[in-house]
This record gives sequence, structure tokens and C-alpha cells, in this order.
Amino acid sequence: MEGTKLKVDRLTAYYGDNPAIREISLDFPERRVTAIIGPSGCGKSTFIRCLNRMHETGAHTRVEGKVLLDGEDIYDDDPVRVRRRIGMVFQRPNPFVTMSIYDNVSVALRFNGRHPREYVDQVVIRSLQQAALWDEVSDRVDAPATSLSGGQQQRLCIARALAAGPEVLLMDEPCSALDPLATSKIEELIGQLKQDYTVVIVTHNMQQAARVADFTAFIYLGGLVEFGPTEQLFERPKERLTEQYITGRFG
Amino acid sequence: MKFDHHARRKLFSHAIAVVTGLCVIAVLYPLFSIIYTAVIKGGAVLFQAGFLTDVPPNACSIVACKTVGIGPDIEGTFILVGLAACIAIPVGVLAAIFATEYRTRGFGRAISFTADVLTGAPSIIMGAFIFGYFVLYDPTIVYSAITGALALSAIMIPIITRTAEEALRTVPEATREAALALGISKWKATLRITLITALPGVATGALLAVMRAAGEAAPLLFTALGSNLPFQGFNQPTAALPLLIYNFALSPYSNQEKVAWGATLFLLVAILIANVATRYMIHRLSRRYAGM
Repeated sequence: MEGTKLKVDRLTAYYGDNPAIREISLDFPERRVTAIIGPSGCGKSTFIRCLNRMHETGAHTRVEGKVLLDGEDIYDDDPVRVRRRIGMVFQRPNPFVTMSIYDNVSVALRFNGRHPREYVDQVVIRSLQQAALWDEVSDRVDAPATSLSGGQQQRLCIARALAAGPEVLLMDEPCSALDPLATSKIEELIGQLKQDYTVVIVTHNMQQAARVADFTAFIYLGGLVEFGPTEQLFERPKERLTEQYITGRFG
Repeated sequence: MKFDHHARRKLFSHAIAVVTGLCVIAVLYPLFSIIYTAVIKGGAVLFQAGFLTDVPPNACSIVACKTVGIGPDIEGTFILVGLAACIAIPVGVLAAIFATEYRTRGFGRAISFTADVLTGAPSIIMGAFIFGYFVLYDPTIVYSAITGALALSAIMIPIITRTAEEALRTVPEATREAALALGISKWKATLRITLITALPGVATGALLAVMRAAGEAAPLLFTALGSNLPFQGFNQPTAALPLLIYNFALSPYSNQEKVAWGATLFLLVAILIANVATRYMIHRLSRRYAGM
């Protein structure tokens, strides 16, 4: 079996005094897609936001436990450096409205260091290609990002995250604001991204998890119920709770 | 009985329409009256040769007062307001950034509250405060461009802080998160993304503050003081349009009174042009952000 890229060890995250997730331990295999499923409010989003230290940007938040990236705890590192290695795509497309398509994709390169123009151009083109957006925008990369459709904007956000050069890509319900056609494009894209990246995707849509993920974790009431290969989890769940959830008896 | 009710209701409705209409006139009348009077009384003066460059006239009743102008006052107003803006815009915007982006809850609210109170404070108090401070600590420059600019910046800072705060709050949280999640440091994300996104609103606030300061006489009465000479240095008394208007409007000499009208028209027109030009630029900027 493949190596573990990201290892979560007894992770607990608080809002104020209330733990939103409790004692979750989970290994994310390298260059595979792992889906996190569970009913609304179960802590999926909180969990994924702990994996690149975005949880702590909110007020009155706290995290306990470890998240090991290649064996080293990201909570011992500088959050800015962690986020350069672990990229994130959010629920709603959030391009920078003041910037062009090109500037959006190149923003991490331009703000986080100095690079020759040719290099930045290369990365922008490669990232847009990886995000399956290049063919649609190659003739207008200087147009405002807001001139794109919702689905295109989300792929732009994926390209923007990829251009920062991450090893892990976190996706927090990336299709929840998109129509079915845009959703299928993103799902297709996720399948290609795992060749180069370790992908973690939160979704409330079980069919989506079944379609895109190699592994699936089911979270309920802030705790991990079951984790395993997607096929096994959906066809032969070990836990009664998992079976009830995937057969639609609650959630 | 029924008819009576109907008639009363109609009458009342008409009465309300008339009253609100009268209130509209009461709102608009002073504005148009000011513009009309300024054009009638100052129009001819404004286009006199040398009016925008010459020094103001001495008090004289009949002859030999050829040099009639507001040159030093235009220059002085630009220097005072420019210097004040150089102080007030960075201070006001950075305070707003602290209040919204680094929300150490109670303290951020305290900044908003203080700015609110200061916005309502009489502007002459600002002048008196700066005057008093320099009388105590550096009397040599009590009457100077420096103290004048400080007094004006004291008026501008709370206006800029409040408007910039409101503008920054309209930037979606998702924008800040997107920047942080890319591994962009907090200060870069704040200055180069959040602030730029809020720029139309921030610029509007700064413009409001600049125009307010350009028309203020009270805080300059015992700071910049006024002068009939071109700019003499930052540590010297400095001319300003509102001061000239204040002094000459009270003058018994008709030549000075005329100059006051010319200066009034100039100030009105300059502020109007600055207002329209900036609004146009901000409108363009907002449209570009919206992808139009």
C-alpha cells in the first residue's frame, strides 16, 4: 500500500469551549483522493480547516492533537509555510475581484517571492491547464476574474491553489454552489489531480464521494465513525451507523 | 358620513404631499441660492486677469489697488490640505485596518466609538487643541502651515477611519480566507488584497475628508492664521481660501468683498470638480471590480 502523506492524530477542535470535532485519527494516503462525508453540522468543514491551520483564523478557536505532514507536525511549523504546502479550495468560488484571471492564478507566486516573468507565465499556463480551464480562457487571461461563470471561477480557484505549488489539496464542498455540468467537470478534474497531489474532499453528496474518492471517511457528531476504501465503505460498511447514513435513513 | 371620511382622507394626503414638497424646497433652496449668488457676485471677479495668481488687495477705498487676487490662498489651501492628507490618510486607514482586521474585540470597538465622537466634535476645538499644544511646547511655530495641517488632519482622521472601516467590513470574509489559504502573510493579504478590494469605499471617505478640510476656516483661525503673502515656509503663517473669505467677507472695503466672492466661487467650483472627477474614477474602478 502507498505511503501516508498526511497523518491526523487525535485531533480535537474547539469553538469557544465546545469541541466541534473530537479525537479524530486518520491517515491520508499519498496521491489518492480521500472523501469526508457526513450530515450537515457534523464537523466535516471544521476538520478539513484544521488540516491547513485555517480553523485558527476564526475568533475563539483552538486545536488539540497532531497533524503530521510527511511525519512533521504542522502545528509546530509556521502557519504561512504550512498553507503554502497544503492548498485549499472553498465552498463558494472566491476569486479576488480586483484582479484579472492571470493575476488571480499568479497571486501566490507574485506575493510570496520574486520570480522571473517567464517562470510565472509558465506556472500560470500549467495551473490553468491542470484545472482544465486553459482552453476556455487562453485568449483572455487579462480579463477580470469576475467575468467568468461560477463553474469557471471555481476552476480558477483550483488553478490559483495549484499555482502556489502545494503537495496536498483540500477541497471543502467545492461543488456545492455549482450546477450539475460544472460539477461533473470538477469531478473529472479531481480524478486527474490525484496523479500529482494528495486530495482531501469534503462533500455532503455521497454519490460524489463514490464517484471521485479512493478512500472515504464518515464523520458523525464530531467523531470519526468509519474510514476505509470507498467501495468497501459504501458496499460493506462495518458500522451500523455508516450503513444507516449511506442508505439514507438519517442525515 | 362616508363621503366625509373620504374627503378628509384625500385632503390629508394632499396636505402631506404639499408639506414634504415644501421641505424638499427648503433643502434645495440654500444650495442653489449659494451657487446662484456666488456666480452672480463672483463670476466677473473670477475671470479677471491675474485673479488666480496675484496677492490679495490691501484695504483701500478708491484707487491704486491693482493687484487683486487669491494666488497665495489657493497655494496655501493646496499645501495645507495636501500636508493634512499625507498625515490623515495613512493614519486613518491604518487605524481602520486595526479595528477591522486585527479585531481585539473591545479595542476595535473603542476605535470606532472614538472616531464617531470626534467626527461630531466642533472643528474649532481641533484648532484650539493644536494651538494650545504648540503654545506650551513649541511657541515658535504656533502660527504656521504645520499647525494648520495638523488641525485639518485632526478633522480628517476620524472621517477617514469611519468610512474606511465600513468599506473594509464590506469585503467578504471569503476573500481574506482565500488569501490566507494561499500562504500569503496576514499583512500582505490585508494591504494588497483586502484594502485594495475596499479601495472604492476608502477613496470615497478620503475624498469626503479632503473636501471637508478644504472648506474649513475655524481650525485655521489660530493655527495657519492666514497671510497676504505667497508661501513662506512650513514654519510661517500660511494663507488659505476659507480664511480669506472669512476675513474679507467682514471687510467694509468693496474691493476685498469682491475678492471674497471670487474666492467663494473658486472654492465651490474646485470642490465640485474634484468631487465629480473622483466619483467618476471610483465608479470606473467599481465597475472593473465587478467585471463589467
